[in-house]
Amino acid sequence: MLTFMASDSEEEVCDERTSLMSAESPMPRSCQEGRQGLENGEGAAQWVGSHQQSKASGQRGQESEEDHEEDPDRYVCSGVPGRPPGLEEELTLKYGAKHVIMLFVPVTLCMIVVVATIKSVRFYTEKNGQLIYTPFTEDTPSVGQRFLNSVLNTLIMISVIVVMTIFLVVLYKYRCYKFIHGWLIMSSLMLLFLFTYIYLGEVLKTYNVAMDYPTLFLTVWNFGAVGMVCIHWKGPLVLQQAYLIMISALMALVFIKYLPEWSAWVILGAISVYDLVAVLCPKGPLRMLVETAQERNEPIFPALIYSSAMVWTVGMAKLDPSSQGALQLPYDPEMEDSCDSLGEPSYPEVFAPPLPGYPGEELEEEEERGVKLGLGDFIFYSVLVGKAAATGSGDWNTTLACFVAILIGLCLTLLLLAVFKKALPALPISITFGLIFYFSTDNLVRPFMDTLASHQLCI
Amino acid sequence: MTAAVFFGCAFVAFGPALALYIFTIATEPLRIIFLIIGAFFWLVSLLLSSFIWFMAATLTDNKDEPRQRDLLIFGVLISVLVQEMFRFAYYKLLKKSSEGLKSINPGEKAPSMRLLAYVSGLGFGIMSGVFSFVNTLSDSLGPGTVGIHGDPPQFFLNSAFMTLVIILLHMFWGIVFFDGCEKKKWYTLLVVLLTHLLVSALTFISPYSGLNLVLAYIILVLTGIWAFFVSGGSCRSLKLCLLCQDKDSLLFNQRSR
Repeated sequence: MLTFMASDSEEEVCDERTSLMSAESPMPRSCQEGRQGLENGEGAAQWVGSHQQSKASGQRGQESEEDHEEDPDRYVCSGVPGRPPGLEEELTLKYGAKHVIMLFVPVTLCMIVVVATIKSVRFYTEKNGQLIYTPFTEDTPSVGQRFLNSVLNTLIMISVIVVMTIFLVVLYKYRCYKFIHGWLIMSSLMLLFLFTYIYLGEVLKTYNVAMDYPTLFLTVWNFGAVGMVCIHWKGPLVLQQAYLIMISALMALVFIKYLPEWSAWVILGAISVYDLVAVLCPKGPLRMLVETAQERNEPIFPALIYSSAMVWTVGMAKLDPSSQGALQLPYDPEMEDSCDSLGEPSYPEVFAPPLPGYPGEELEEEEERGVKLGLGDFIFYSVLVGKAAATGSGDWNTTLACFVAILIGLCLTLLLLAVFKKALPALPISITFGLIFYFSTDNLVRPFMDTLASHQLCI
Repeated sequence: MTAAVFFGCAFVAFGPALALYIFTIATEPLRIIFLIIGAFFWLVSLLLSSFIWFMAATLTDNKDEPRQRDLLIFGVLISVLVQEMFRFAYYKLLKKSSEGLKSINPGEKAPSMRLLAYVSGLGFGIMSGVFSFVNTLSDSLGPGTVGIHGDPPQFFLNSAFMTLVIILLHMFWGIVFFDGCEKKKWYTLLVVLLTHLLVSALTFISPYSGLNLVLAYIILVLTGIWAFFVSGGSCRSLKLCLLCQDKDSLLFNQRSR
């Protein structure tokens, strides 16, 4: 089932301008598990869904500089009206550090949720079948066969993602907004209700807490309904952010459970490469999507993008149309890979919303601008850290090393964003660091630290 | 063991570092970033030293116990050396980046080298402490009896105090080290390296962990005093601070509000 969820570009007012953030619905990634993978507890319903992962988190660092060159009279500073242009870069750097932290916090929270669940709830580390997109099993006698199977699994998954992405771009180009929107809603419905129900069930089982069905129904209903409203319509920013984090964590947990070991690592590597290609190549689908949205001057699928701040404007100045091109409403290049059953990772691109070219006087209140990161980034970061926690043989060092590596990668990516000021893929650097640190910590550092600990030495 | 042991040891080991983080670092985004980069540098140094130890262990490939222990001691010494090298590398990076920061923001005050010394030392310390203690902590939540084979039963508490001393020492070493680099007093670097080696060597020279701890704390106090004077403190400023009469104290600001 292919569902696309797109933000309703025509109907929704620009997200960054309204004080209540029009939430973006994350595309739930539903996995279509193979029949043998259904665990008994879940009522044997076959999970069909589309994995839509907003992966497109592009960094659109449209900071002041480029606008400033065009019109020196316009105070296109980092959102603060009336500042002389000389202070721009200073503000940019200050904002840069602040924005890095604004992204560190949700990424950290998502990882904490995933790692805490992995370490405590047995369900997500049990092998219970595989997704239909990774049909080759890894239960083979020889190492070479296993490696081959994992590579084949990766090829299948990546090709599904590519097909989905291209389909999405085609749909977007031909303006099938209703279709996309409907699919997004269906996907987030499934994520917010079904996956939450399963998660809650497993957590209650782990802690041996009994809950009757009416209470359960009430809880899940409230959680899901508020989530749908927050994500697709309007809601307090913090609540929307919290829901996006929870949804990313749920999606990551599903991946951690259903992707076999080696396939997961190879898929992570391949996704970063694909992300790099899709965002940076001139004919890359994500780049085309971003450019199309830019041409049409509308936000791309406001769903599935985590936005770190909202824009407060009181008495909005009237934008002069000539500046529209530079202004660009912040859109989420989160592309949901409308994957039929595979959650396509949303392209991780981090976007920083463009600065408005307001003449300073008309803006009555300072704008707070934020950076946007695609939910796919959250999901894949959490998958990496979660897999490290799940397979690290009870070792916390590996998990922590991957965590620090991912944060450093995110930092570097944001630095590049500040330098290049265009949509950038957020996956490659972090995932590369994460993978390097996972394998080296697991194989080199862990024996060293264990031996030191057993002799009670300290370094 | 019990939750009391877990929480007690966790707070003994990480309490001061957490307090330092909350009160001095968490408010400024740039400092958080430098802290995490510092932690990353320590991690890379650990990786390198583990690699060297691993290579040495596989190359000699000798399974008897004394040989393994010798290799381990060699690994520890190499690790200390590599950590200090990476501290120097971080200093170089910060020096270069602070020049870059100054050129970008002429008006804004970039963080001073002293502040960066403190932040980087704390980053090193936190990562080092976490890596050495977190596995022990998570084991303390599980079942078991400590010291059932005749080992000292205060294993967790000793480890927690040792972790605390290492974290604080890293912080002081960072301050002293960067100051030595700034003022080109190279003997300072040597002293830091030797002190670090001494603290690590204490753990394998003396089997009595109580003695180790006491000596390590003495070194901590001495290094702390040195760092205090190096970073500009003096007896007078200490007195003013303790009597809450100096301009920078929180109480002074609150009073004037």
